[in-house]
Amino acid sequence: MADALIQIENLKKRFNSLQVLDGVNLDIMRGQSIVIIGQSGCGKSVLLKHLIRLLDPDEGRVLFDDEDISELSSRQLIEMRRRFGMLFQSAALLDSLTVEENVGLGLKESRMHTEGQIKQIVAQKLEMVGLTGVGRKRSAELSGGMRKRVGLARAIANSPEVLLYDEPTTGLDPIKADMIDDLIVELNSRLNVTSVAVTHDMKSAFKIADRIVMLHGGKIEFDGSPAEVRATDNEVVQQFISGSSVGPIKM
Amino acid sequence: MELGFYALGRHGIRIITKVGGIFVLWGRFIASLRHIHHSPGLISEQLYVLGVKSLPLIIIISIFVGAVSAWQAAYQFKFIGAPLRYLGQAVGKAVVMELAPVLSALVIAGRVGAGITAELGSMKVTEQIDALESMGINPVRYLVMPRMIACLFMVPLLVLFANFIAIVGGLVVSVIGVEVSSETFLFGFRDSFKLADLINGLVKAGMFGFIIGLIGCYEGFNAEGGAQGVGRATTTSVVISSVLILVFNFIFAVILFRM
Repeated sequence: MADALIQIENLKKRFNSLQVLDGVNLDIMRGQSIVIIGQSGCGKSVLLKHLIRLLDPDEGRVLFDDEDISELSSRQLIEMRRRFGMLFQSAALLDSLTVEENVGLGLKESRMHTEGQIKQIVAQKLEMVGLTGVGRKRSAELSGGMRKRVGLARAIANSPEVLLYDEPTTGLDPIKADMIDDLIVELNSRLNVTSVAVTHDMKSAFKIADRIVMLHGGKIEFDGSPAEVRATDNEVVQQFISGSSVGPIKM
Repeated sequence: MELGFYALGRHGIRIITKVGGIFVLWGRFIASLRHIHHSPGLISEQLYVLGVKSLPLIIIISIFVGAVSAWQAAYQFKFIGAPLRYLGQAVGKAVVMELAPVLSALVIAGRVGAGITAELGSMKVTEQIDALESMGINPVRYLVMPRMIACLFMVPLLVLFANFIAIVGGLVVSVIGVEVSSETFLFGFRDSFKLADLINGLVKAGMFGFIIGLIGCYEGFNAEGGAQGVGRATTTSVVISSVLILVFNFIFAVILFRM
């Protein structure tokens, strides 16, 4: 497929006796904003981490730009990862660093920018996520919503081609969650990136996705546009989006 | 019976995995050294945090190590009727060759090794290490290399301080508590002092520093399961480092002092 940026082929991953991913096949197109939904613990984050080789598959492969990422040298892997930006579930800011240092860390360590350039980029990215005047604070001094925004600024610092969001709204109140969703939609269109988000928050999924994929039982259960998700008679999907405890999904 | 073999096998696999993982980390540390010139800031920060900040603790334990070795030596000398003018020799040899390197290393394993594991372990379970990797930063170069270098350099330096302070501690106890003059004590110390002993002690300290750094980083990088997991990793780190320090100290003695 010509414009598939990321291809996931028959991906399998097991942790001890638990088969988390059991043959996932998924093509992610350039410029697409895809949201992977599914129950907590169904392997959404595990799938996301395979995309930048934070985890290695037991079977199957992931191709980025038609290259099998498991065959990249460590140098090539670093270069590939610099084309990605990732927002972690807990933001994963380095507590030993200030907000500015966190956002500028990837730029500084890539040694491709001067200190002045880094400062300028950091200020610009912090402004894009609506944060000014907190650059000198440590991450421990920030609220949950602010940490996510700093995590977002850090993820976009390197002007990535692909943005990965791991549960971007988890742990935030509904208003802050909605603000983060707005920010994601805005960033996706402004930066013209391909984005992959995993979430179990349906409101967030409908807002940011132009394609929704449901992961269930280690496999892709459903794949379609938000309108198709709403209209589907797939019982698993219906139970999940309605948040009902009655249905084919067993706890 | 079968269950016993199963448990034994599983335990065996776990130990082999751990030993293998430690050697792999060692290799990755060596490989990361080619980027050492990019990390002066990170290294100097760790030299300060792990080394300089350990100094007060080393000073306190060294005073008492020197003091008790002088007191015990004097007590034993009296018991066997040996002349007390040899006290400086006995304390000097014991401190420089064994007590300062080994006891300092054990205390540093408790302070620094535990600190490294707890810090890296928390970073692991809160995905900070994943975040580094996602930004194309090699966590071994960013986190392990500066800590290992700090341990390798600062433990011998701290032991050098410990030697000096412990001898002073021994001297004070000898003069005040045992009534051996400072001239006699220092003459005995100088008389038996060999530079080779000091160097061997410092080489040993470097080896202990390497063990503390490597085990501390390995356990931190492999912590999992939240706060409880980090706690478990920290305990394991201190236990393994302490045991390895004592085992390698014995091996070193056997190699160095052939009878």
